[in-house]
Amino acid sequence: MTYDVAKIRRDFPILGEEVYGNPLVYLDNGASAQKPSAVIDAIRHTYEHEYANVHRGVHFMSQRATDAMEGARETVRAFMNAADTKEIIFVRGATEGINLVASSWAEMELKAGDEIILTEMEHHSNIVPWQFVRDRTGAVIKVAPINDAGELMMEEFEKLLSPRTRLVAITHVSNALGTVVPVADIVRMAHDHGAKVLLDGCQAVPHIAVDVQALDADFYVFSGHKLYGPSGIGVLYGKADLLNAMRPYQGGGEMINVVTFEETTYAELPYKFEAGTPHIAGAIALGAAVNYVTGIGLDRIAAHENDLLAYATERLREVNSVRLIGTAAEKAAILSFNLGDIHPHDVGTILDREGIAVRTGHHCAQPVMDRYDIAATVRASFGLYNTRAEVDALAASLRKVQEIFGA
Amino acid sequence: MSDLRDLYQDVILDHSKNPRNEGRPENPGHEAKGNNPLCGDKVTVYVAINDGVIEDIRFEARGCAISVASASMMSELAKGKSAEDVKAMFNDFHEAVTSKEPIAPEKIEKLDKLAALIGVREFPMRVKCATLPWHTMAAAIDDSTQQVTTE
Ligand SMILES: Cc1ncc(COP(=O)(O)O)c(C=O)c1O
Repeated sequence: MTYDVAKIRRDFPILGEEVYGNPLVYLDNGASAQKPSAVIDAIRHTYEHEYANVHRGVHFMSQRATDAMEGARETVRAFMNAADTKEIIFVRGATEGINLVASSWAEMELKAGDEIILTEMEHHSNIVPWQFVRDRTGAVIKVAPINDAGELMMEEFEKLLSPRTRLVAITHVSNALGTVVPVADIVRMAHDHGAKVLLDGCQAVPHIAVDVQALDADFYVFSGHKLYGPSGIGVLYGKADLLNAMRPYQGGGEMINVVTFEETTYAELPYKFEAGTPHIAGAIALGAAVNYVTGIGLDRIAAHENDLLAYATERLREVNSVRLIGTAAEKAAILSFNLGDIHPHDVGTILDREGIAVRTGHHCAQPVMDRYDIAATVRASFGLYNTRAEVDALAASLRKVQEIFGA
Repeated sequence: MSDLRDLYQDVILDHSKNPRNEGRPENPGHEAKGNNPLCGDKVTVYVAINDGVIEDIRFEARGCAISVASASMMSELAKGKSAEDVKAMFNDFHEAVTSKEPIAPEKIEKLDKLAALIGVREFPMRVKCATLPWHTMAAAIDDSTQQVTTE
């Protein structure tokens, strides 16, 4: 079956919008992806037909909402191939998932001198929570370096592993460079040293089929909004035995079993970690997003995006003075670059007037910028609805930028 | 394209490519650092003030064309003026780039070469790029030790 991108584009109402009189060319999927009608309709359907609070009403509507939300949990479980739905915790997003593990696992488990290994290409949300842990426990953070292409230096990483290593927290795909990290190897090496592994899958799940059991990941997090779902909802996967041993993250309703003023017993997984009324419609719509993506097929999406990446890399290399930042052998469809010494902010403004949405800045990965000794990059990140014609528009507009700057 | 040409006028491109008064002076006097966390722009402004008059002003900047050009023009305009006059000029400039109302011609004239930067009005996301050096200079004049941020 051919990949009918024109048909797929019709699933995304916003792609019909115009920006300053030009058709919207949306190349900021790494920051957040647009939503297909299936997701928008799921939100509408929830509020029109199946909405009430979940897990607490005896009434019909509460049951219906509960069933829909738990159905979404099962959809997500199957998507990641988790062993059990109780290992799927709904959170606000990757950031909350990482903070949850930092607070409920790492702060309990780690003591002074224990080591956490990160990499040079982590998003700030996979750095700062571990600094909190360091400050509270005396644990030590070690940083595995990347090479000039933006690949993790596996030998250097291996050298950092020791009996003191308790956790390796690492991105599956770098948001700033596009690098796909060999996480299966990382997990195996970390486990050989008795360390646990948290994988930040934000940029991976829209591009790569993820099987948490095959990877043997201890924790895996992602955000719904980068997977064509709503913002405000995301997923923490954790192995059941780890989650069971962890203390709750927040206290409140939903996460309890029996409460007296003397003592509280906690609810079973996954509810132990879902205090308060959750983002009900968001979870249901995330399920719809997963169904949308799996309906097309992640392998087909990956093939389409890899084609775009190869094409875009070639077209951008033809533009004078483009310097690609991140040229790993294994990449997802993310292109970070600079255009001579024109500041990315200026490039972004000019592209914007052409209707082209890109991200400019440090992409919440300042250590990556320091590694390359730059302040910022322009980042074009592709999604399942992008086209070669949009790549052409990007290349043409970059020439316009050069014209304006007389470069 | 036309408002892009308004934004990226030749004067602005010239100042951004050949910034005036750039670099750290030997005797820095008062200094302040400014930072735009959104795009990673950083600027340091050094002022030497004597009797309320800005005798020398220099800056170091890592940033976009708009912020570097703004810093460069600012340094040219501020030199030799009283700290008070410079702050008044900042007020006028700030108003010109942030107000939604049309600007009176005599106000534009008062802005002198800064008038070239008025184009940022049409680019709300970029106003902070133009004003960051000014906020930083104001802090240097007050000798604030605080980092200035746009957020
Ligand atoms: C690799 C990576 N990790 C974490 C995050 C944080 O995700 P969120 O802001 O949705 O919590 C992002 C999003 O920018 C990301 O790209």
